[in-house]
Amino acid sequence: MFALSLPFVGVLAQAGSGTTGAAVAQPDLWSARQQMALSLGWHIVLSCLGIGFASMVVFTEWLARRRDDEVMLALARRWSRALAVLFPVGAVSGTILSFEFGILWPGLMGTFGDVFGIPFAMEGFAFFIEAIFIGIYIYGWGRLAPKLHMLCGIPIIVSGILAAMFIIMANSWMNHPDGFTVDANGVVTVTDPWAAVTNSGVWIQFAHMLLAAFIVAGFLTAMVYTRPLLKGSKLRYHRLAFMIPFTMAAVCLPVQLFVGDLSVRWVGANQPIKEAAAEAHFPTESHAPEILFGFPQPDGTVKWGIVIPDGLSILTGGSPDTVVPGLDSVAPSDWPPLTVVHWAFDLMVVSGTFLLLPAAWFGFVWWRKRRLPKPRLFLWLGMAAGPLAVLCLEAGWVTTEVGRQPWIVYNTMLVTDAVTAAQGIRYGYYLLLVVYTGLTVATIYALRRLGQAPLPLSARPEDRPDPAGENIGDDDGDQVGEPGATSDDQTAAVPAP
Amino acid sequence: MTAARLVLALLWVAVTAYAVFGGADFGAGFWDLTAGGPRQGRARRALIDHSIGAVWETNHVWLIFVLVLVWTCFPIAFSSIMSTLYIPLTLVAVGIIFRGAGFAFRHTVSEVPSQRLFGAAFAVSSVLTPFFLGCVAGAVATGRVPVGNAVGDPISSWWNPTSLLGGTLAVAVCAFSSAVFLLHDAVRLDPGGDDPAPSDTGRAAREDIPLVTEHRDELVHDFRVRALATAVVTGVIAFAGIFILKADAPALFDGLTGPALPLVLLSAAGGVGTIVLIQRDHVSRARIAAVVAVAAVIWGWGVAQYPYLLEGSLTLEQAAAPTATLTAVAIVATLGLVLLVPSIILLYSLADRDLLEEAHVDE
Ligand code: HDD
Ligand code: HEM
Ligand code: HEM
Repeated sequence: MFALSLPFVGVLAQAGSGTTGAAVAQPDLWSARQQMALSLGWHIVLSCLGIGFASMVVFTEWLARRRDDEVMLALARRWSRALAVLFPVGAVSGTILSFEFGILWPGLMGTFGDVFGIPFAMEGFAFFIEAIFIGIYIYGWGRLAPKLHMLCGIPIIVSGILAAMFIIMANSWMNHPDGFTVDANGVVTVTDPWAAVTNSGVWIQFAHMLLAAFIVAGFLTAMVYTRPLLKGSKLRYHRLAFMIPFTMAAVCLPVQLFVGDLSVRWVGANQPIKEAAAEAHFPTESHAPEILFGFPQPDGTVKWGIVIPDGLSILTGGSPDTVVPGLDSVAPSDWPPLTVVHWAFDLMVVSGTFLLLPAAWFGFVWWRKRRLPKPRLFLWLGMAAGPLAVLCLEAGWVTTEVGRQPWIVYNTMLVTDAVTAAQGIRYGYYLLLVVYTGLTVATIYALRRLGQAPLPLSARPEDRPDPAGENIGDDDGDQVGEPGATSDDQTAAVPAP
Repeated sequence: MTAARLVLALLWVAVTAYAVFGGADFGAGFWDLTAGGPRQGRARRALIDHSIGAVWETNHVWLIFVLVLVWTCFPIAFSSIMSTLYIPLTLVAVGIIFRGAGFAFRHTVSEVPSQRLFGAAFAVSSVLTPFFLGCVAGAVATGRVPVGNAVGDPISSWWNPTSLLGGTLAVAVCAFSSAVFLLHDAVRLDPGGDDPAPSDTGRAAREDIPLVTEHRDELVHDFRVRALATAVVTGVIAFAGIFILKADAPALFDGLTGPALPLVLLSAAGGVGTIVLIQRDHVSRARIAAVVAVAAVIWGWGVAQYPYLLEGSLTLEQAAAPTATLTAVAIVATLGLVLLVPSIILLYSLADRDLLEEAHVDE
């Protein structure tokens, strides 16, 4: 089969799009890239919630049942409802991506689909498992025995994490492709379909992504509850709802910064141009300065950057004498868009480091006093942490993806060779722009409506202050719910997310 | 060749699963669209929510799986189809967004106007999405997708008699199978129905869906009529389609009346069988007959087109990835199915015992 079909594949590939180096006339390349960026950038936030938030719901349910804690259980129940909104939205936004791979980048898929498809096939099964158990988990709440119900939560966590790992395998393969040969005519033949899976770049990138998922999900969820806390809510429900996610994110953050550092080194060794673009580093030299922000110029200077002399050499090799490869090692036509990559990278690093502030503050106060920091400033920082974490996430992906330009498959296939030859692509982009705007508004609206639904009484036995409570005293005179009442149907008029 | 045939069979199983289960979920959207105003339609919509709520996302994954299999195992076919048919496929993608998000949001919001808005998004896109998927199938089956990067005509490839037939048939088939499934679910609400008596847990759970249980007889009647009507309508469309295919797609016509004829007849028998079984109140068996009718159409199309992946221009042998990849896919699929099959059985059996039911937030 293999020997037989090879000549055909070669001929067909050339007739079609399956070779590297066959540039396509596509006036709308820009829209195609924007469309990809838009849908990926959208999906990634939802998928982080699908991993981090889902895990947190399951964890909270487990903790609540172990401690027999009604308030916590009500929280987990409420969160599971949010999951019922978020998961489908994440799933449809991911489906769009699979379509776009073919609609926008037929050259990539026609040529390399069989080379890096295996992780996607594995991912397909992970999605199945995740969707099945999410269905059981959300819809079986209160109907399945608690033990069985929690058991069904485990595959959600595992398959979410695996889904991220598999997709990272594919992405990491695009960054350092392997497992195929290219002949003189540019015809690609797969030699090892497992190369994408065993790709050495996977592990660091996966660790970085997974931590990001927990950080983003944690800070975003905690952000929601800073509002009632700032308004002075003394409900234990709100404190828990802030603390559980915030703790998760705060614990992951320092690890993330460490992994980020590994990432930089790895990229520096394997994709030196991406690294050089991220650092806006032009000449290959020792005593390379670290330049924060600023605007790289075509003549090889950086305007208005914050310069730390020798910084880059020290960061890279531990000594000012370390020679760091610069952009000058390849032709300018092989440079990615410098300003975008440089700013994206710096925004990730700076805002990621800034996030340490609320995280460390919280950690310190918790360690000494077992409570939340009192100053309102802390809550404001906690609120800002949500968007900042998303900024890190998006900026990180822009660094990775735009930093790979002009290659779609690093050093192998140009984006211009991969793009579709179809005309009028831009209208699809405009359409999706409108659709995604609507989807964003609708998702936020639905979540807010969910948040405004009254809390079950069981979540508000607030007249007894909990050990972590700062202020002792009555809230607003509510009656405690009936003992043992867990049903969501028993509601009272406290609006709460 | 063996490896290629194997993965092709796997692909076709996935396509069939999507057509049957995913199709029924789309059909539920069709019945939602035609359920009537917010008041009259309430019980019907509650039944629909009850039926597809917990399972539609799983059924949806079959589509993703199909896409992944095609691009991994038949990359040239994938890039040719996706690039030529980018217009209907973009519309499918948008339809999928609206369907999924609309359905999820409708559950969450409680005000009638926004429920109607999201409900409408869900319902309308449930009709448009299978329609465009049917157009895509028609385009592939009639050889209007040539090999290459967007080589086919961007419009006439999918806007032609066979594609329109494919689209219409897809909507009709979805509505048909869904009506049978919904009928089954409605009948099951009564312990005296033709199903075995439900367990205690099942009965307890019923109380949570009072609206449906209360209107049970009405719903049974409604979906009985709908199932019978769509069975007839689908049959008529399919029959009329024969003449369209003869004129517009001779190669496909020859295939369907040649090697695929037994499957075509099987499908017709499934359709007739569904009608007869419903009239005799054997609803469980009618459900099986309906599944046979749908699955046989899909396999009939596959057999009629074999060995071409793109009718007339790309055979299985030309399209298949090298054996190394196909073997790897087979290994992954085997391991995956070992996990998947028990999980799916668990999901469906819990759903069938009414253990999966979302309580509305404000109830
Ligand atoms: C909360 C999120 C978050 C935070 C705090 C950080 N990052 Fe990050 N970073 C990401 C989230 C992220 C990501 C999830 O968006 C990326 C995109 C691709 C990937 O695997 O992770 C990423 C990519 C990424 C890359 C490119 C990897 C590649 O192209 O293969 C580098 C070099 C770094 N990061 C380095 C850092 C450093 C030095 C950080 C802190 C000091 C840092 N990241 C904090
Ligand atoms: C989910 C997080 C991701 C984000 C936010 C992201 C972001 C981006 C951006 C901004 C671009 C446009 C680059 C440019 O045109 O300058 C892009 C392109 C692309 N990305 Fe990603 N990406 C993500 C993950 C992935 C993954 C996991 C894959 C593959 C497995 C992938 C495949 C692609 C492809 C095929 C393109 C188009 C070609 C190109 O421009 O290089 N992306 N992405
Ligand atoms: C690093 C980037 C990505 C991560 C971490 C990621 C992770 C996830 C996760 C956890 C889900 C589960 C759904 C949810 O939680 O809402 C999901 C859904 C999905 N993703 Fe992504 N994804 C990424 C990029 C991509 C790309 C590039 C594609 C396209 C090929 C893709 C395709 C899908 C599909 C088809 C689904 C729907 C699965 C379902 O129906 O359950 N994802 N993704």
